[in-house]
Amino acid sequence: MTQTDPRAGVGAVLRDLRERLPEHGLVTDPAQRETYACDGLAAYRVRPALVVLVESADQVAEVVRACSRHDVPFVARGSGTGLSGGALPHADGVLVVTSRLRTLHEVRPEDQRAVVDPGVVNLAVSRAAEPGGYYFAPDPSSQQICSVGGNVAENSGGAHCLKYGFTAGHVLSLEVVTPDGAQVTLGTEAPDAPGYDLLGAFVGSEGTLGVATRATLRLTRLPEDVRTCLAGFGSTDEAGAVTSAIIAAGIVPAAIEIMDALAVEAAEAAVSCGYPEGAGAVLVVELDGPAVEVEQELDRVRRLCAEHGAVEFRTAADAAERAEIWKGRKSAFAAVGRISPDYIVQDGVVPRTSLPEVLREMGRISAERGVRVANVFHAGDGNLHPLVLFDAAQEGATERAEEVSGMILDLCVAHGGSITGEHGVGADKARYMPRMFEPADLDTMQLLRCAFDPAGLANPGKIYPTPRMCGERPRVVHAADEPSVDGAEVF
Amino acid sequence: MSLEEVLGATCAVRPAGEEDEVDGVPAGVVARPASAQETSELMRACSAHGLAVVVRGHGSKLEWGRPPERVDVVLETGGMAGLVEHARGDLVATAGAGMPLTRLRHLLADAGHELVVDDLAVGRGADAAGSTLGGAVATNLSGPRRLRAGPLRDLVLGVRLVLADGTVARAGGKVVKNVAGYDLGKLMTGSFGTLAVVTEVTVRLHPEPQEVRQVHALVPRERLAPVLAHLVRTQTAPHVLDVHAVPGADAQVSVGLGGSPGSTRRRAARLAAELSSPGLVGSAEAVVAVDPERVTVEEITHVVPSAAEPWSTAEEVARRPTLLRVTTRLSGTAELVQVANDHGLTITGSAGVGVLRATLPEEAQVETVLGAVMAVRAATTRLGGSTVALDAPPAVKASLDAEGTWGPVPGLELMRRVKAQFDPGRTLAPGRFVGGL
Ligand SMILES: Cc1cc2nc3c(=O)[nH]c(=O)nc-3n(C[C@H](O)[C@H](O)[C@H](O)COP(=O)(O)OP(=O)(O)OC[C@H]3O[C@@H](n4cnc5c(N)ncnc54)[C@H](O)[C@@H]3O)c2cc1C
Ligand SMILES: Cc1cc2nc3c(=O)[nH]c(=O)nc-3n(C[C@H](O)[C@H](O)[C@H](O)COP(=O)(O)OP(=O)(O)OC[C@H]3O[C@@H](n4cnc5c(N)ncnc54)[C@H](O)[C@@H]3O)c2cc1C
Repeated sequence: MTQTDPRAGVGAVLRDLRERLPEHGLVTDPAQRETYACDGLAAYRVRPALVVLVESADQVAEVVRACSRHDVPFVARGSGTGLSGGALPHADGVLVVTSRLRTLHEVRPEDQRAVVDPGVVNLAVSRAAEPGGYYFAPDPSSQQICSVGGNVAENSGGAHCLKYGFTAGHVLSLEVVTPDGAQVTLGTEAPDAPGYDLLGAFVGSEGTLGVATRATLRLTRLPEDVRTCLAGFGSTDEAGAVTSAIIAAGIVPAAIEIMDALAVEAAEAAVSCGYPEGAGAVLVVELDGPAVEVEQELDRVRRLCAEHGAVEFRTAADAAERAEIWKGRKSAFAAVGRISPDYIVQDGVVPRTSLPEVLREMGRISAERGVRVANVFHAGDGNLHPLVLFDAAQEGATERAEEVSGMILDLCVAHGGSITGEHGVGADKARYMPRMFEPADLDTMQLLRCAFDPAGLANPGKIYPTPRMCGERPRVVHAADEPSVDGAEVF
Repeated sequence: MSLEEVLGATCAVRPAGEEDEVDGVPAGVVARPASAQETSELMRACSAHGLAVVVRGHGSKLEWGRPPERVDVVLETGGMAGLVEHARGDLVATAGAGMPLTRLRHLLADAGHELVVDDLAVGRGADAAGSTLGGAVATNLSGPRRLRAGPLRDLVLGVRLVLADGTVARAGGKVVKNVAGYDLGKLMTGSFGTLAVVTEVTVRLHPEPQEVRQVHALVPRERLAPVLAHLVRTQTAPHVLDVHAVPGADAQVSVGLGGSPGSTRRRAARLAAELSSPGLVGSAEAVVAVDPERVTVEEITHVVPSAAEPWSTAEEVARRPTLLRVTTRLSGTAELVQVANDHGLTITGSAGVGVLRATLPEEAQVETVLGAVMAVRAATTRLGGSTVALDAPPAVKASLDAEGTWGPVPGLELMRRVKAQFDPGRTLAPGRFVGGL
């Protein structure tokens, strides 16, 4: 018997799960399900057919196995802060929410390792490691809420990944439930596990290869010294030039961030961060490491800023002042809400040396289309976060903003960059993948998907615009699994 | 039609000689494609005729892993050895897979840049040019300085590859930060040429440190654990933290510091003082800070780890010791060193990341070697790591099957599925990899 009504599959999954999971983990009420309809990218909304609040890895495996049995898609969700619609639910599928999986199993400074559940919040790992002198280096601006599982799936970065690298470099091993419901360990607690680097391939796969149920993370030694400085410049060109000069001088700062005039204006309005008034661009540089090294580097950064015409240069004297400097930068996305009713957070990458040119071109597009664009970016690695401002109440404004947003990505690709540096492809950017990759590239990537998920049940529709057919796959149909098709709403 | 005729239309092909054997398995022909396009045509022809292909860079470690079941074609990457781009301001370089690492280093040096991999295979065998970029990627070559820059897997930004069926594909990109699509670069890294032919690699570069300084310590056995625990936590930010231990002698610990001149001197002095303290090495004589004039950036990679590498001199490289890659959780390094030494193994590697190499001389009895492998593997398993027999004399290899070579492999079933997707006909180095893949 073939399934005709896709929701019937979910009905069968629910019946299976009622036998195996506690009722309180199964969310069937439509209004409650609706609260999971979007992640951090609210432009896309889909109400999932069923939400399961899992409480153990075994429960995750039960859910995935039930989905596999009944050919029902599933989507993992951590804290739902993703900005590319990666955790956008499937209307006829199950949403597996990890927010109850919040146990920090081990923190072992002597091994520089922490073992955590996927729902553990990013910052909680650092908090737990701090007394031992360590922290978890990947620090997305959303770190107070985003989950480790989400970080793993997105290969998240943050301001400090310039020096310390992305999540991929900080995960040693993962326990995962593969889309057929098997529980598998990838990697070992030590690096360089034998065999193919499936761990490396899983990180950044946006929930399309399975659900991570436990992660062994690398902890990084807290630096002896941290110095943060801020400089104001007449334009982003100058700030960009200093960035290149700092890197060329052989300095690898922990972070180099730039905000343009509009972003500074927004941040000022929102959190009164006290950035230099009237600056065309603000540069934030953080240096960390052994005190003697940091001291010398700070001197050189100060000199380079002066040489490039900095209008103001401040150095944070203590942790409170450092937090003050970061406040404006970290609140930038939300702050833009102060100067515009609606905005799109874009995420693209260009080679660092193309920054000035790309910013000028972006300015031209913005002027031409009459759409304001505020810029906040991880300048050290050329990762731009243009904020495209619009007012959805105005006719055609949304479309114009989306058009500009897409043109910015084209600009990134034309300069040899990427359509996403850290927010992922998700549902939002799958359509842009062909601008960056040839069909053969996308097909080849999906061979990996075929190995993990021949049935295409794990977070379908994300990353790749056109799913690859995986050839023959064995199908086991159990009589007991056959759905009973009834009314329109299964619950 | 002979193999040469069949494949000659796709690229330069010559009959194979004795020197083209792969781990004792004779080869049919040697093919040398000059581009991804030629590689594609060659691979398509090989797949169509059911030929087994082994990719060869400089052949410095072609015998690593299990011997391939068959070698119809040796695919040499030497025809794809050019520097495609060195984006200086971006600290990114793209080169053909056949690019020798030594040449790449030379090309990057005038910009003050380097690809931070330690070419541990320099000078091995007939080929003094060392590893190729593709070979380094295929074996995930990572030496002492991975402590600073990460393993090669984290430095690979993009790859161009050719599948067994001739498909040419690209993954990743030319920028440091990029999460668009699966990271096939990582999948290729350490795949020993069994998934695809890598034809071009884009890597992240680092600025060469202005100055490099070393601190060496001779550490009595019973003090090794506290010394390493101290060094793992040190605030002097070492780029290298290596241990080298020969059975029956004190362990040698080497720390490399890079940075600006005044800073490395002060950090080295501080570290030497800390190490000399009673709770640690306990003797100032056993701790030496080496002047930077005596180490160049190039040397640091060789001086430290290869001081006693069995293949560091010409006659030594001709030998074929048993070479194990052993890994451990950080706090287990001292214990692992002890177990290795107790079984006659010399052990060298990064105590800062927990990845080391252990060797037994070629003359060691097969039984002795097998016993040592088992003992070390038991230890690494207990310590959260693994033991892989990368290479061994033929007699030892003959007694090790795939499992004995690679040990327990988490995720092996998935790896089989990955291999079946990328290379369903088992064209590439059949039998070489984990689980007989
Ligand atoms: C204000 C703000 C600032 C941000 N700043 C940054 C930043 O600086 N850098 C950055 O990189 N990102 C940033 N982000 C994006 C986002 O926070 C990250 O992508 C984060 O890692 C997502 O985590 P999450 O738990 O919210 O994941 P979710 O949004 O719930 O899910 C994200 C993706 O991960 C998958 N997933 C979740 N859990 C699992 C699991 N256990 N196993 C498998 N797949 C799973 C989902 O299916 C989905 O595809 C920001 C977001 C916001 C709202
Ligand atoms: C002392 C020492 C220590 C070492 N330590 C380590 C270590 O800890 N970890 C580690 O992983 N390696 C280690 N190596 C490995 C060594 O560095 C590599 O073998 C070397 O980089 C291979 O380069 P090559 O050009 O000679 O490759 P070859 O010897 O020609 O080939 C090596 C392997 O790579 C494959 N290959 C080569 N080029 C390509 C390509 N373009 N596409 C696909 N496959 C390809 C080959 O088929 C073969 O399997 C060590 C080597 C030595 C001598």
